[in-house]
Amino acid sequence: MPVEKMNLVQAINSCLAQEMERDPNILLIGEDVGVDGGVFRVTDGLQAKFGPDRVVDSPLAESGIAGTAIGMAAYGMRPVIEMQFDGFAYFALHQLVLHAAKMRNRTRGRITIPLVVRAPFGGGIRALELHCEPIEISFINTPGIKVICPSNPYDAKGLLASALQEKDPVLFLEPKRLYRAFKDDVPTERFTVPIGEAKIAREGKDVTIISYGAMTRTCLNTADNIKSEIDCEVVDLRTLSPLDEKTILDSAKKTGRVVVVHEAPKSGGFGGELAALIAEKALMNLQAPIQRVTAPDVPTPLAKLEEFYIPDEFRISRAIRAAMKF
Amino acid sequence: MPIKISAEFKIEYMQILDESGNVDASLDPKLTNDQLLEMYRQMLLARTFDRKCMNLQRQGRMFTYIPVEGQEACQIGSCFALEKSDWIVPAFRETAAYIARGMPIKTLSYYWMGSEKGNSAPKDVNAFPVSIPVGSQMLHAVGIGWAAKLKKHRTIALTFFGDGATSEGDFYEAINFAGVFKSQTIFLCQNNGWAISIPRSKQTATQTLAQKGIAAGIYSLQVDGMDILAVYKATKDAAERARKGEGATLIECLTYRLGPHSTSDDPKKYRNQEEADSWKKKDPVDRFKLYLQKKGIWNEALEQKLQTDADALVETGVKEAESDNVPKLEDMFDYVYAEMPLVLKEQYEELKQIESEKKAAGE
Repeated sequence: MPVEKMNLVQAINSCLAQEMERDPNILLIGEDVGVDGGVFRVTDGLQAKFGPDRVVDSPLAESGIAGTAIGMAAYGMRPVIEMQFDGFAYFALHQLVLHAAKMRNRTRGRITIPLVVRAPFGGGIRALELHCEPIEISFINTPGIKVICPSNPYDAKGLLASALQEKDPVLFLEPKRLYRAFKDDVPTERFTVPIGEAKIAREGKDVTIISYGAMTRTCLNTADNIKSEIDCEVVDLRTLSPLDEKTILDSAKKTGRVVVVHEAPKSGGFGGELAALIAEKALMNLQAPIQRVTAPDVPTPLAKLEEFYIPDEFRISRAIRAAMKF
Repeated sequence: MPIKISAEFKIEYMQILDESGNVDASLDPKLTNDQLLEMYRQMLLARTFDRKCMNLQRQGRMFTYIPVEGQEACQIGSCFALEKSDWIVPAFRETAAYIARGMPIKTLSYYWMGSEKGNSAPKDVNAFPVSIPVGSQMLHAVGIGWAAKLKKHRTIALTFFGDGATSEGDFYEAINFAGVFKSQTIFLCQNNGWAISIPRSKQTATQTLAQKGIAAGIYSLQVDGMDILAVYKATKDAAERARKGEGATLIECLTYRLGPHSTSDDPKKYRNQEEADSWKKKDPVDRFKLYLQKKGIWNEALEQKLQTDADALVETGVKEAESDNVPKLEDMFDYVYAEMPLVLKEQYEELKQIESEKKAAGE
């Protein structure tokens, strides 16, 4: 397949364009997604290409966007809605959690909601207050909705293409500080990456680092910088729900040492679930306590304090060394 | 500079049948005798099933039930104006609407007997499930009506909600989206005066609920919600406008729930009997019966036959539901996703094992 250098924004844009060509029922709805192409320009040029009925500038109301999209999905459309920032997805929480995620189960499959919710995700871009909220756990703990968080342009394009053929609602978290951070070789043609499969982003034998989204990138850099000392394996979850337990457990059993990394606060965060899973099913293979590198249990700070909040290479390598000490 | 008027609005109120069953000839939607009698049949069936559910709950054969008595005209009159391919998006007090759309008594019974099967409309009944979070369902009707418009279908979505729901943010988002996108949607507000214990006067300072629709730029009116012909005509007109591409309508029906909010509620705590008695005189079923009688198409023999038929339908439906409602463990797992993820499969197998151990242990 011919490839092209694309950043995350270009990869998602190229996926949306191809999927909209493929399936006339796909339409994009969101605040400023049309003429403006979205505040991050992810949908740039799509309204010019597909018209205002398929790339819809909606009124400013996240619950309204999610709720109408549920009706449209029930009626045979395949809406892709954008939450302008992760923090604003809370306005739509009841629509997504109480209705979209449960509709298939509540109606015994009579009504289904094939809906994709896109949201820029995570911190690190010096955004305004409350624009970077770690929302993933609210949705991971909601049966009926799948949660995806890619860490690179290739996976983003392939996973979004899969999401647009899903029969169930999907939350697609786009790590916003990676939007323009780097470019990948991404096939120009359509391809898919399966939902529900984690990836060994880096093979290693000493320690398993498990992460997702933008933190995967930081973990990979850390692994590279520490490689003369410790050989790290990096598991990129890609799909947070439903979880690919096998890849996680195989790696944990192989190395016997695990470091879990995420941007969200520690208590009740996804790291605890991953640690519990490994403790339940691979405890006897472990040679060290599972290390968690997360944000502390504090509100996401404003720009000036962000560097204390988001785990960095130093914190991750410190945890790796701690795991190796046992 | 003199102050100018930027905009002016009015809210019309429509009644076709008065409390004595007299019809306003100029507004009469002129339904055939067969249609009128079918409406009445549905009203009797709804009331019979509704009262049966209250009894079944008291006997412990149903769990919580939400009675509809008093609001039959709003639901049956509006559904009568719809076509088979249209959708209804109800709240939780819409038993009569479901009956009008052809939902089997068995299916309706399942819901109040605690089974999700009750939310699964047959393929030929376009009905959304019961919606419990107040006001949240209206947006779904906007989405259906908007999708239908984009697909150039005739389909309309009619959503039911109460006076309390008009205080919810989702209500404003729904009427606003409907206005902007001219979705093929009808907002059927059943203003029954009470949101559990909160009276309409404490819910909002507006003179009418209908005027909230005006604020969103959609045609809105008030009708007598105890008058089935007025509700029918308002809905029929709204449907025509929607199908012609003229957008959504909000119909505020002035009605009353003659019973409690739910089987767990005691209305004596917050409203007086005189009020309830005064509304009982407007009873939509009695009023419609008077009209049919004056028209010469109703008599005692017919009443008895319709009541016997309704009783039989209700008895059969309830019996069918009761005889086939043993929960199976897999019912909890099978419908969460289109395909069960491995993680969930494992949890299912584990719980199945535990359940069989429990059985073996005689618990």
